[in-house]
Amino acid sequence: MSSLEIAIRFASLFGAAAFVLGLHFMNSPATARRGNQLSAAGMFVAIVGALVGVSSGQDGAQMNSTRWTVLIVGSLIGGGYGLWAARTVKMTAMPELVSLFNAVGGGAAALIAITDYHLNAYQPAGTATATVLDIVIGGVTFSGSLLAAAKLRGRFSDPISFPGARFVSALVALAAVGGSVWIVAGAHNDFVLLAVVIAAAMFGILMVLPIGGADMPVVISLLNAFTGTAVAMAGFVLGSVILVVAGALVGASGSILTKLMADAMNRSVLNIIAGGFGTGTVGVDAPTGGGLVRSIAVDDAALQMAYAQKVIIVPGYGLAAAQAQHECRELGEVLESLGIEVSYAIHPVAGRMPGHMNVLLAEANVPYDQLKEMDEVNSEFERTDVALVVGANDVTNPAARRPGNVVSGMPILDVDKAKSIIVIKRSMASGYAGIDNELYTDPKTSMLFTDAKKGLAALVSAVKTVVG
Amino acid sequence: MTGSFVGDMTIFVLALLVGFEVISKVPATLHTPLMSGANSIHGVVLVGVIILSGYVDGVVGYTLTFIAAVFAAANVVGGYVVTDRMLNMFKKRPVPVLQDKDAS
Repeated sequence: MSSLEIAIRFASLFGAAAFVLGLHFMNSPATARRGNQLSAAGMFVAIVGALVGVSSGQDGAQMNSTRWTVLIVGSLIGGGYGLWAARTVKMTAMPELVSLFNAVGGGAAALIAITDYHLNAYQPAGTATATVLDIVIGGVTFSGSLLAAAKLRGRFSDPISFPGARFVSALVALAAVGGSVWIVAGAHNDFVLLAVVIAAAMFGILMVLPIGGADMPVVISLLNAFTGTAVAMAGFVLGSVILVVAGALVGASGSILTKLMADAMNRSVLNIIAGGFGTGTVGVDAPTGGGLVRSIAVDDAALQMAYAQKVIIVPGYGLAAAQAQHECRELGEVLESLGIEVSYAIHPVAGRMPGHMNVLLAEANVPYDQLKEMDEVNSEFERTDVALVVGANDVTNPAARRPGNVVSGMPILDVDKAKSIIVIKRSMASGYAGIDNELYTDPKTSMLFTDAKKGLAALVSAVKTVVG
Repeated sequence: MTGSFVGDMTIFVLALLVGFEVISKVPATLHTPLMSGANSIHGVVLVGVIILSGYVDGVVGYTLTFIAAVFAAANVVGGYVVTDRMLNMFKKRPVPVLQDKDAS
């Protein structure tokens, strides 16, 4: 091994170590930004190392002007688009962008395996296995993520299913598996490969089509795990250690988030992929309690909060949908200026992707030490004077503690344990789970029927008037 | 089954375990930046495209590699930039410092 080759290997090792450390620094908001920068530095070193590697003829690589042109022009176009997209994206649209990056990452990984297969007449069984896995997983991720991004943007956002959908999915899966087995067995035919690619892409679409908006956090996480795995498989195909390491890290991250999201929604991943919620298959069997709903005027709600000692705000996706993050922060600040202890209770699936609500509130300048996770905040509700629920529904339903209904067993925020509860909501309509929220009929609860943005703005000025 | 394949497999499994260990400590507050950061890490697929460009040939090969380069570069650049932008928004509370001043 020449000293240059050794240097290149070390560049790759540095990159891999930087990825792991970068992720490690993500364990606290104080160090997370540095972690990401370290990870980026590792990426830069790994890319430079790879460039030096191919230009110095490592592993028989031979660059010529066409190859350089293809690589450089392609990278500049892609990089330019990436930069523009990253700079201009709205934080509410983060899930779409993440989905898009999942798609292109998985797509690039699949293209590597496709091109390598197209160029190499012979592949040993191990490489062939990695090749088909890369193509199948990458293809599913590519089309699935593009559709997920479109759904998140509001197109085809309702679950779509058609008669015989499962049969078609099974047929497509069978085609992908059959073609894959044939390739691993040693057949070399570009058309078989093409069939596998098409089958995988179709499967991705069929997989995401029947999934409803509420299940999106799970789907994005799952597709993220898929992308990681596809990249690791590309690493196997090319014999590149850093691709294997990075792919495995992302695969692990995506899997953990998928599990956490599914748990937080009280559903199994399989159940979500098979479709279910919001598709009308769920029976409504929960006792509605039949209690009275009390509505409250803005001034009275402001009075309650102004004289509280501790207020917890419970934001849900309704808050983000109404773009009311800034009004929410303003209310928090006004209350804090009165010496009231204010914090935000955030359920793991608030928003459209894992942790989305935290980013939206951080963007509105809510300090991160006020953003409390479910486990941390649940014990605090008992000594809370007012819990203000804005745009959150199912995740606050006390019916979850009782067996026998669709939300049974779902981890919830213990909002009902607060001394009093104010809910800002436009109507009594039920959430994704399709059942009544027993919190609303709790005698301690009063409803402020209005839009989140208007309601919060009105509360801000009312609180200011109360304390004059 | 070649030796290097088994070696890569070893690395894959160990990296997976390291990933589980490191990532399970990330708080829910940071799950979006985590996913976006993981997204940028799989942008390393650009390194794969670079390796591929060292031996690619033919119109089909060049076309596919070009598309792969566009995809991978968008992934890696966009991923890191947007993650940084997001993490920059997570600020500590500035208020207590001011209150201390007032009190003193």
